[in-house]
Amino acid sequence: MLKVEGLCTEYPNERGEIVRAAQDVSFEVPEGKLFTLLGPSGCGKTTTLRSIAGLERPRSGEISVAGRVVYSGSRGIFVAPNRRGFGMVFQSYAIWPHLNVFQNAAFPLEAGARRLPKKDIREKVMRVLTAVQLDAYADREATKLSGGQQQRLALARALVMEPELLLLDEPLSNLDAKLRELMRFELKRLQRELGITTVYVTHDQSEALALSHAIAVMSEGCIRQIGTPREIYEKPRSRFVADFVGTTNFIDGEALARGRVRTGIGDVEIAPGEELRAGEHVVLSVRPEDVELSEARAGGANVWEARVDQKVFLGEYNDFQVKIGERVLLSRCHPSLRTRVGEAIFVKLNPEKCIAFKG
Amino acid sequence: MIAAAPALPRSFDWKWIVIGACVALTVYIAVVPLAFLLWQSFFTPQTAAKAARFTLDNYVQAYGSGGTARLFWNSLQFAFGASLFSFTLGTALAWMNERTNTPFKTLFFALSIIPLVIPGILFTVAWILLGSPKIGILNLALQEWFGLERPLFNVYSLWGMVWVDGLHYSPMAFLLMTAAFRAMDPSLEESATMSGANIFQVARRVTLKLVWPAILATLLMLFVRAIESFEVPALLGLPVGIHVFTSAIYQAVHRYPSQIGLASAYGMTLLVITSIGVYFVSRLSSRGSKYATMTGKGFRPRRIDLGPWRWAAAAVFIVYFLLIVVLPFAVLLWSSFQKFYSIPSWQALQNLTLDPYRFIFSYPNLPRTVWNTLLLSFGCATLIMLVTSVICWIVVKTKLPGRWLLDNIASLPLVFPGLVLGLAIMIFYLNVDVGVYGTMWIMFIAYVTRFMPYGLRYNTASMLQIHKELEESAAMSGASWGTTFVRVVLPLLKPGLVAGWIYVMIVSIRELSSSILLYSPGTEVLSITIWELWENGQYVELSALGVLFILALFVLVMAAQWLGGKFGVKE
Repeated sequence: MLKVEGLCTEYPNERGEIVRAAQDVSFEVPEGKLFTLLGPSGCGKTTTLRSIAGLERPRSGEISVAGRVVYSGSRGIFVAPNRRGFGMVFQSYAIWPHLNVFQNAAFPLEAGARRLPKKDIREKVMRVLTAVQLDAYADREATKLSGGQQQRLALARALVMEPELLLLDEPLSNLDAKLRELMRFELKRLQRELGITTVYVTHDQSEALALSHAIAVMSEGCIRQIGTPREIYEKPRSRFVADFVGTTNFIDGEALARGRVRTGIGDVEIAPGEELRAGEHVVLSVRPEDVELSEARAGGANVWEARVDQKVFLGEYNDFQVKIGERVLLSRCHPSLRTRVGEAIFVKLNPEKCIAFKG
Repeated sequence: MIAAAPALPRSFDWKWIVIGACVALTVYIAVVPLAFLLWQSFFTPQTAAKAARFTLDNYVQAYGSGGTARLFWNSLQFAFGASLFSFTLGTALAWMNERTNTPFKTLFFALSIIPLVIPGILFTVAWILLGSPKIGILNLALQEWFGLERPLFNVYSLWGMVWVDGLHYSPMAFLLMTAAFRAMDPSLEESATMSGANIFQVARRVTLKLVWPAILATLLMLFVRAIESFEVPALLGLPVGIHVFTSAIYQAVHRYPSQIGLASAYGMTLLVITSIGVYFVSRLSSRGSKYATMTGKGFRPRRIDLGPWRWAAAAVFIVYFLLIVVLPFAVLLWSSFQKFYSIPSWQALQNLTLDPYRFIFSYPNLPRTVWNTLLLSFGCATLIMLVTSVICWIVVKTKLPGRWLLDNIASLPLVFPGLVLGLAIMIFYLNVDVGVYGTMWIMFIAYVTRFMPYGLRYNTASMLQIHKELEESAAMSGASWGTTFVRVVLPLLKPGLVAGWIYVMIVSIRELSSSILLYSPGTEVLSITIWELWENGQYVELSALGVLFILALFVLVMAAQWLGGKFGVKE
């Protein structure tokens, strides 16, 4: 549905230096799916989104939506943003303070090329305001809305013209934590119900994991990995992705033959997968919840004796820092484990969950 | 999106026409007169018989004589004196208002509108009626009370000029220094106190260091303003032969035959001085903004309790208020009810008459003059605000190369003293005959040029508040550039637009120093009429017109404040 190929966008910063914000970005989003661009600030995710919107003019590449080319560097096509017909929710919501709720939502229907009769506009706007539960506030001044309501109004405004593509630029980042979680469900429900193709930009990994059909992790203008939320979390293909999404333990080592890695804590059996050449320097990534602790020695591979260095009680779980020799590992386990600091404990790393990549 | 390269031919957009027209107008208006002034200063006057030819005579004549050294020295003395005086006064008042518990604080706010309501020429005339050695009411009253032989002071002197000009512009210093005091985060001082510094160390090592750029910028701004001042040197200096640059330019033009080349040479000198001043002001204020740390959060400066001294402070303030508002207006009011100008006495009181007002209302040119004034100020304010809204949109919102240059060009007229601008425009349209000279259009052009930077300021302040996503969301909603500009940008700009429009309107109504070189019979404006009445010695009639003028301006300013409150920025 949305196809981005070889997109490069640069812009000059305040000092006139050229910033390469997006470099050779390519991905596809199938009809009705929610695709997330995830990355730290300055990674080029917003620039990529703005290039799709037409707010930024790329240097090269091609962007097409449902077969319609909206930008092509080689063919010299650039459709102005107001002719692309995409809905967009901005980070600041960009609710116009001089218009009321209804007028804000009705603007896309009045301003665009196709003018609708007043009655149709009213009907469409009220329908979309009902969908975001703002129908009771239609005549209120937009500035009198709460943060969550403004966010929903911005969404309503983006949806009112029934766009082919919905672009969301960190729409939840200005809300407080409780509201953010609530809106996350709300947004997911709405997107799944309407089946609207969506590109979502965020720096919050839990948001990305919770909402997306697919995630592209970006850094320094490039896409590092594309996959489903589960793939990104469980099978990161680089140190950056493993580090950025979730928390993890890194263990340096050297690949041995056939699925084993020699590390500072001993030889580790790893998940079969990527072909590693013997003697190559590799990094292992193990999520804290995959570092299993027990007071009795467990059977199977990858078991070591360790010592509890520190522990933190967090309610739902316990965080343990355990030391194997001088090597510290972070483990997250059930609060029922009550081994005291300084006592011995057994560590087991499930080979399936030990992901190795070239370091 | 305008940020990118020029639009593709296929999707040609009329926005480029609007933008192009605004840019062209700005550049034309700001650059052309300057270029011509420079040209003229190096050439002999062009006549039917002789073509203009290159010469350095103008500068030789201007600088060859010892008179110019005197001129230079007078100008500097006057400008330094007036700016220092108004700075001292303004800073003291600002400090009293911002940092102490002086009573009658509400009166301070009246201060902000005085320079707007009382035009320079009326303020000067009022102070002549108060302080002239022969007819000055203050002089005569003090002489009588203390039985003095000679008048106590003479307003026709360098000190008199400094006094009147400095007093008139002290509210400007007050406003600038108030802004500086407000921009300073008190927690910076408090943290110095918490670090163990005593009040003098805080003042010396924190407060003064922080406010220093603002002080310097204010002083420079006042200096530039004083050296451009025309009314005071013309009315107070010329009769006793104290010349400064502005009055020398005026005389050079009005001599017969008029020496435009010489005036241009003086004008260039003045322009160089003001340019240097304005350049350093802008440098300083951009550096100053680094120090100005507006937090806006829980901002409540500690006020110093003056104890019983606060009544002394209040007394100082009331005396000041008398000198700057009450006395000047009262003396105009008094003389406007006289048949012939006379000092207040029992006898004069019995001769009160409405004749001057009758004279003014039956003044043959009055309706046309009022109409001219209103037409010019209305048209000029409207054009300026619309054009500068586009200009500042380009400067603030786009990434167009060269936009900083556009900003500077549009601000260029700031360096023009009104008289020099009038001179430059006069020269240009005398040489380039497009049928503008001698019509209202030439004054219109002068006003637009002169006040464009103000319009730009107001619009820019507003424009900076508009988040770029507000426009982008309109584009994403399918709105074209024109629709976005009219339906989103202009409404959001409204507070600045309305405030700037009214401000430009008011300053255009009072404009004198450019108009005085450009008007011709039939295109007089109100301030010119006042000037003519003064030249004819019709003091009582002048006073009547002045009283009406001040009242009208007062109503306008009040309306502006009310509108400003109504259209104020929404939270």
